[in-house]
Amino acid sequence: MSDLMNLTLKIWRQAGPADKGGFVTYEVSDISPDMSFLEMLDVLNEQLNAKGEEPIAFDSDCREGICGMCGLMISGHAHGPERTTTCQLHMRSFKDGQTITVEPWRANAFPVIKDLVVNRSAFDRIIQAGGYISANTGAAPDAHATPVPKDNADRAFMAAECIGCGACVAACPNASAMLFTASKVVHLGELPQGQPERDARVVAMVNQHDHEGFGGCTNIGECSTACPKGIPQDVISQLNFDLRTAMRHSR
Amino acid sequence: MPTTTLSPRGTTARSTTVALKLLMAVTGLIFVGYLLLHAYGNLKALQGEEAFNSYAEHLRTIGEPMLPYAGLLWIIRVVLILSIIGHAYAAYTLWSRADSARRVKYDAVKTVATAKWMRWGGTFLLVFIVWHLLNFTVPKISPNPHKQGPDILNNPYQLVVATFQVWWMVLIYVAAMVALFMHLKHGAYSAQQTLGWTSTPAAHARAKLVGWVLATVVVVGFLIPPLAIAFGLIGD
Repeated sequence: MSDLMNLTLKIWRQAGPADKGGFVTYEVSDISPDMSFLEMLDVLNEQLNAKGEEPIAFDSDCREGICGMCGLMISGHAHGPERTTTCQLHMRSFKDGQTITVEPWRANAFPVIKDLVVNRSAFDRIIQAGGYISANTGAAPDAHATPVPKDNADRAFMAAECIGCGACVAACPNASAMLFTASKVVHLGELPQGQPERDARVVAMVNQHDHEGFGGCTNIGECSTACPKGIPQDVISQLNFDLRTAMRHSR
Repeated sequence: MPTTTLSPRGTTARSTTVALKLLMAVTGLIFVGYLLLHAYGNLKALQGEEAFNSYAEHLRTIGEPMLPYAGLLWIIRVVLILSIIGHAYAAYTLWSRADSARRVKYDAVKTVATAKWMRWGGTFLLVFIVWHLLNFTVPKISPNPHKQGPDILNNPYQLVVATFQVWWMVLIYVAAMVALFMHLKHGAYSAQQTLGWTSTPAAHARAKLVGWVLATVVVVGFLIPPLAIAFGLIGD
């Protein structure tokens, strides 16, 4: 097992929301390249536990890249150097002896709860503002009752891939959540069921987005580069189009 | 994490940051149109003093007698002044918003070059435009110590030649054109994106190409006359 790695980790530690926080440097040794990044942090936490120190808090849930819970800024890249989630990032993406800086998502709308854990409730409130459709209660309609053109269905599915991990906000130089908001707007706006609320949705969601303290989008494109699901910039154009349409409809 | 209440918020499309971006896109496109005409006019310098000066005079008499002398020019000036006020207002509002959206900075993330070029480059262009107007419009300043006086100042062609025979004026101008190239490359693409014209992958790629082409055409057009003067290809 000659390919085991020794790494230096510079990790953000912050006891709570009110704490100022700062970087602490740790050494880890005998890390397998087949470990995920989170497993590597688990190893470090085992060591800290054994020494009676406070383990590093980080978010994770499914660890298979679909829940959007984990998310770390790793040496300046959201979710690390590969296009994937932090849980699906493997240590083979790093070199033996490397120093890795680990920071939480930085945005005022994502306050740090502890260490590397941030509060992404702002996303929930953006969804709550307009990321829904209204459906009548009663017997479920037949699945084929409303035809959806294949292209629209494909695009809706593409946008629906967004897992709300927050990497777009973390990578954006303006800390804007426009890619997230646009994914939701496009996901519902492409489908017939999303049409009745199309104008109201984009206006409510963008207003909530701004109210949460996210920055404005300047079309730089860092969000799409960081997005583990590869959601492209053109969804933001569609959001802009919907907003302009809503404006024309005196919303 | 469940949330039970909605926060108060603006409720109209106009109250969003996207509306600010629309203001920026529309005013920016007005400037793109103006720059294309301006670059075309500058190229008249290659045809010599008479062609250049009669073009300049024609700009003042165009539309007569329906419009007064310099009427159209003043309409254009008012539109441009309002545009730059709107453009700068939207830009600085969004800039300060971006600063307060991330108070704690990253340790290991470098600021993206495009963002710096748009903001600092745009600020530099604003300062450059002020100097440019002092230089060629009001009050008209010749930076050339050997070429002063009303004969130079009141002759557009001679003032341009006098200006770009000064090496540091050429440097300032070239620097402004580099900033303009970066600004237009991203700005022309960004305006299309903000107006919602790029909602498919193909349209998005086309918009990026349009940004490159527009930036290249405008900047090359602007660079030819001053460099021709600086290298002595055209002169008094």
